[in-house]
Amino acid sequence: MSVFRTLSTKPWVADRGYISDSHGFSSPTAKVFLSIFLGVITAVFALLTAAYFIRMAYADWQSIPVPALLWLNTAILILSSVALQWARTSARREQAVGVRRGLLVGGAFAFAFLVGQFLVWRQLGSLGYFVDTNPSNSFFYLITGLHGLHLLGGLVAWFRASLRLWRGADVAKIRMSVDLCAVYWHFLLLVWLVMFGLLLVT
Amino acid sequence: MALTDVTHDAQDFVPPAEVAEEELYHPKTWLGKYVFSQDAKIIALQYSITAMGVGLLALVLSVLMRVQLAWPGAVSFITPDAYIQFVTMHGMIMVIYLLTALFLGGFGNYLIPLMVGARDMVFPYVNMISYWIYLLAVLVLLASFFTPGGPTGSGWTLYPPQAILPGTPGSGWGITLMCISLGIFVVGFTMGGLNYVVTVLQARARGMTLMRMPLTVWAIFTATILALLAFPALLVSAIMMSLDNLLGTSYFMPAIISLGQQLDHSGGSPVLFQHLFWFFGHPEVYIVALPAFGIVSELLSVHARKNIFGYRLMVWAIVVIGGLSFVVWAHHMYVSGMNPYFGFFFATTTLIIAVPTAIKVYNWVLTLWRGNIRLTVPMLFAIGFVFTFINGGLTGIFLGNVIVDVPLSDTYFVVAHFHMVMAVSPILAVFGAVYHWYPKITGRMLNDGMGKFHFWVTFVGLYCIYYPMHYLGIMGVPRRYFANEGSNGLPDWIPESAQMVNVGITIAAICVASTQLVFLYNLYHSATRGKPSGGNPWGATTLEWQTSDTPPTHGNFGKELPSVYRWAYDYSVPGAEEDFIPQNVPASKKTGQAT
Repeated sequence: MSVFRTLSTKPWVADRGYISDSHGFSSPTAKVFLSIFLGVITAVFALLTAAYFIRMAYADWQSIPVPALLWLNTAILILSSVALQWARTSARREQAVGVRRGLLVGGAFAFAFLVGQFLVWRQLGSLGYFVDTNPSNSFFYLITGLHGLHLLGGLVAWFRASLRLWRGADVAKIRMSVDLCAVYWHFLLLVWLVMFGLLLVT
Repeated sequence: MALTDVTHDAQDFVPPAEVAEEELYHPKTWLGKYVFSQDAKIIALQYSITAMGVGLLALVLSVLMRVQLAWPGAVSFITPDAYIQFVTMHGMIMVIYLLTALFLGGFGNYLIPLMVGARDMVFPYVNMISYWIYLLAVLVLLASFFTPGGPTGSGWTLYPPQAILPGTPGSGWGITLMCISLGIFVVGFTMGGLNYVVTVLQARARGMTLMRMPLTVWAIFTATILALLAFPALLVSAIMMSLDNLLGTSYFMPAIISLGQQLDHSGGSPVLFQHLFWFFGHPEVYIVALPAFGIVSELLSVHARKNIFGYRLMVWAIVVIGGLSFVVWAHHMYVSGMNPYFGFFFATTTLIIAVPTAIKVYNWVLTLWRGNIRLTVPMLFAIGFVFTFINGGLTGIFLGNVIVDVPLSDTYFVVAHFHMVMAVSPILAVFGAVYHWYPKITGRMLNDGMGKFHFWVTFVGLYCIYYPMHYLGIMGVPRRYFANEGSNGLPDWIPESAQMVNVGITIAAICVASTQLVFLYNLYHSATRGKPSGGNPWGATTLEWQTSDTPPTHGNFGKELPSVYRWAYDYSVPGAEEDFIPQNVPASKKTGQAT
């Protein structure tokens, strides 16, 4: 593997005086930046999951009912991701209309998802499942809250990209932003599916 | 180094790469240039000054603690509550807001772009925001001193349930602000940390392969990755504890009766907090130790005029230590109770970590072996680091074993151990680094006499402080105690003479602490009146010493980025004209290469 080959070079002997142009990843810097950031977010949710399982083993744990609305929200988030993928593909083909529509629909669905999640909170609250009622509730609110916050952060990036597009920026110029948004959306969808699965099976 | 083995397949001269004009943001106002600057070097100074300022406060707190221990009750405002608040804030500030911020935010920002040959960090704007968020975290932390009840007094480990119960000072505002401040810190750090990692991965100069990078960069790079993966654990536990505290959840809080009242919490697991906290806390040790390792490797090589011994092993050891640091955390929790097999597992991994660490120590010593050692101030601090790190590391082997740890837990032995290994050692590396790179930052040398005085008092003084603490610990003197029932403020079973040791430690501590004023004065004095240093006063090979201007201007390298033809440690190469060959010198010049 190239990592091992890299790490086993002898810089003091083999290649003194030699220069090679190949270094760094071939993907753009912003993308590398985002990938590592996704790694950090993965660490956050992985730790939450670990804590979830540890806390679940205690006697007072009572599973929280899963409101039907969560299924709808999940579908909305999937649609949001699909729409952004549409924008991404259109951006690659330099089709401004597709990018606009994709961004708009994707963003709208993301907002709808957040509103939906908030409604789920309200629903659970009205049924008496508050954040401090049971540890499973606490984890539910914490996980959905953190996930929502991450999506909200994504919407800031989405807003900036959209604003530039509407102010007449070239599609080629915002292609990277659209690309990054789409990747981030897919990642948050994946996180949500895993977290939702966790809620369903426990 | 068997130079005759070198095959001469190198190109003699490689034309400089076509470097596109980088889109650097050039500020026009004074405010944009020096305050809201996007230049990594200015951000580095902002980080460093803030960290050192808050670190100075933590130093004063430690002196106050020592005064109470030596002369119980002598200072009226050091009440039991205040004492434990000082303990807590001293620990938290030193570990997170000083060392982490200084090594990664300070040295990382200054050295990474310069050493890898980049114009700046890859995302300067995000980098700038990172500092301001860090400053906000510091201000929130300091604000807790002025709230009702004062800062939290739960110990820097913030263990629940006591951290949020009324018996602990600062259980209201104090712990809340602490958790908020930590959360803010993690957010700010993540912005900076992503920058450091991506800059190393993506923005290296032409020819700067990973294995040509100076060890300082390798170390800061690895430490940043550790921090990016470990800080989420701190963030998660801070959020969960705040929810327990403010919203009455029971993540960590068991059913508990506090001050005669049954609280609403039930069933939570304090040990869960400990796992999360130490999953962050142990890598944190290496987040501050690895940059020190890297810096010391650099200093030893430069000032001994000799290539670093075993460069590849040094890199591998950094990476292996980084990996292992994630599987040893529960050795902080032996007395919390755990499955004996877990104890066995964590003791084993802990002892294994001694292997790569020992490799590093041997390599440092072998770097010095038959080197042309120049006892400059940075070199003194680097050698001081090696001594101190060995001492602290050896007691770590004691404490890593469950059966030795249990009786020594929560005694001054532990205090002595972790101060030697992760407080004093990294600080010695920080001092060495400041004396080493100050000429690059200001263009002037620090005063040598003051520097030597600073070194010797600090080095000898800290041994006067921490060696006797091992002895107190073995006698059983517990840590974090304000005073005990005995006549001298020590537990009854401790002999009276131990109090003499306490007094001695405090006197040494006051000496060491006040000597830091000499260091600060030196920093201030030499900035304008120091001897002009020139661009490369130490004769070092790495790129930061090859800049066209000293101090380097915005953009670091003038018109053309350097090309890198060799590793960072070509010192005393046989046959070469000088005893060092900078990394950007092509092979055609007389380099001592066998032909």
